Amino acid sequence: MSQFIQQLINGLSLGSIYALIALGYTMIYGVLRFINFAHGDVYMVGAFSGYYLGRWLINSLGMQSSVLLLVVVLVGAMIFCALAGLVIERLAYRPLRNSPRLTVLITAIGVSLFLEYSGQVFFGADPKPFPALIPDRLISFGGLTFTNKGLIVLGVTIVLLIGLTFVVRKTKMGMAMRALSFNPTACSLMGINNNVIISFTFGLGSALAAAAGILSSLNYPVITPLMGLLPGIKAFVAAVLGGIGNIPGAALGGLILGVAETMIVGYGDRIHVPPSYRDAVAFVLLIAILLFKPSGLLGKGTVEKV
Amino acid sequence: MSPCSSIAGSLTLVRQLGALSLGAVLLLSACGKGGGGASGDSIPVGEYACLTGLTASFGTASHNGVTLVMEKANASGGVLGKKIRLITEDDQSKPGEAATAARKLISRDQVVALLGEIASSRSLEAGPIAQQSKIPMISPGSTNLKVTQIGDYIFRVCFIDPFQGEVMAKFSLNSLHKTKVAVLTDVRQDYSVGLAAAYKDYFTKHGGTVVAEQSYSSGDQDFKAQLTSIKGANPEAIFVPGYYNEVGLIARQSRELGITVPLMGGDGWDSPTLTQIGGPAIDGDYFANHFSTDDTSPIVQGFVKDYRAHFQKDPDGMAALGYDAAGVLLDAMKRAGSADPQKLRDAIAATKKYEGVTGTITINEQRNATKSAKVLTIKDGKFHYVETIAP
Repeated sequence: MSQFIQQLINGLSLGSIYALIALGYTMIYGVLRFINFAHGDVYMVGAFSGYYLGRWLINSLGMQSSVLLLVVVLVGAMIFCALAGLVIERLAYRPLRNSPRLTVLITAIGVSLFLEYSGQVFFGADPKPFPALIPDRLISFGGLTFTNKGLIVLGVTIVLLIGLTFVVRKTKMGMAMRALSFNPTACSLMGINNNVIISFTFGLGSALAAAAGILSSLNYPVITPLMGLLPGIKAFVAAVLGGIGNIPGAALGGLILGVAETMIVGYGDRIHVPPSYRDAVAFVLLIAILLFKPSGLLGKGTVEKV
Repeated sequence: MSPCSSIAGSLTLVRQLGALSLGAVLLLSACGKGGGGASGDSIPVGEYACLTGLTASFGTASHNGVTLVMEKANASGGVLGKKIRLITEDDQSKPGEAATAARKLISRDQVVALLGEIASSRSLEAGPIAQQSKIPMISPGSTNLKVTQIGDYIFRVCFIDPFQGEVMAKFSLNSLHKTKVAVLTDVRQDYSVGLAAAYKDYFTKHGGTVVAEQSYSSGDQDFKAQLTSIKGANPEAIFVPGYYNEVGLIARQSRELGITVPLMGGDGWDSPTLTQIGGPAIDGDYFANHFSTDDTSPIVQGFVKDYRAHFQKDPDGMAALGYDAAGVLLDAMKRAGSADPQKLRDAIAATKKYEGVTGTITINEQRNATKSAKVLTIKDGKFHYVETIAP
């Protein structure tokens, strides 16, 4: 039994990382109706900016690993990626504002490949050890163990989830975002500058990706330019699972995905599923959800007028 | 003047005429097969290695070892009165690139021999090309059994996976006195699967029990699910024959789950990145390796001193293997008295008791090196010699 609970804890701490990436994914979709395939690569850029910033702070300024260091690196990487997100939006997506949706989707794949391979040129393809930003702490009781880092990831995910919901539901900017997602033309007729809202959404989404990149690297301290590939796809599945465009749904989808993966590795042998199928779990879930509840767990069904 | 260079001369003429270029290419490749590349005042030797990419730390180390040998040989007048010209191609740790690199070295540069690769999968790719062109190839570090089975032109100076697995099984039984172990395999790497199979085979035949078997795929980051299952089986040690990136993470996560038993592995652990990722979690664990800087024999200490002077750091196992691969090749060249690929092959095959820095190398009938392995342990981020285990 305690082994099962330990697996559950493992699954939740893995799932909260998926949830964190899925938040940005789903927000950009919710506002712009556009799947940003480059999101996973912004996550990678976030991890690398944190790597260089963290090393500089430790080696040149002599900062010790502490919560302060983590916060400084986290905020620094989020600002950097927000700016990167603005640049990507300005250069790659804005010229296509009035093009068919498929054009934008394919451009997103192009941006994703561009970031991955530029990363290999600038950072090098060899894996890099991520600096220890906070000291390791092990919390254990009754044979169960979890790490302070796992708790931080879960905590930050919940805080960002609440913060994001607040921004979208309660602020003027959020109201404009919802209006834009409802009808862009009417929105601009009401005197809202659509470009500002879209840039803001991209900046915010990219900052969330950076946060996910830093927190994930804290738990799994090896970073490579291709690290965003699989988490990006899984976060996309998590977002669809929870109902794409729905912010709490993305978090829920991420947690379910993490737990499902962990359980397959932990107990798959008993039902003759080898652990190497863990990555397939995400896609089996995706197919199942598209078959039985296409709008996702928390998504609202939409009636399409014909 | 060799027939080869005269053909190359007429080649430019053909190009200028702008016709028959296909015929010229055919002539050129025919010339490459003839192996006339050793003409002139230097002997071209090809090397392909992963200087960038995922396993860059392996490739650069072995390349350093090779260049050290070549520089030393050239400084003392070269071999057979000629300088060695080392031509290196980077395969970027990518599948497909190793074959291209080997092809380029053989047909364009007309090398008399090839040195490479560390990773077995890439040696398996380039090996058939060397075999077809009848150019001898010496792999410094590919331990997979299949590599030298490609053909009679393919050699290696390292030990093979079954031996490495056996060494660690012997070590866990006889030195650590552990009889209950768990095995965690990387199913995506031939290397890891082969090592795990050899380990389990020897271990269970000599009184040990494997209490849990789990697997992962290289590139995974989260191993807690596997480790939690392993913890439930209460092993006395865990055998993890993977590569350093994943092993570093596995060590961390096993300590985070409260697993305190030692981890053990093979030469895939041998990289400074291992301790950077694993940190204190990897302390007290053991792995089989080709080489140890703690070895007090004069030949090893001389190598360590030269290497430090050249590259400002300590050599690792891959550097030592690169050094020995190049050393075996030059030794064979001297004994053959010629740089003809065919004669070179025969001389390499006849290598007996070559005193290398990774041990005394004898090439056996399967073109593998028979030699002993060293077990190292990790303490405070440094590798320390524990014992030597003979075949």
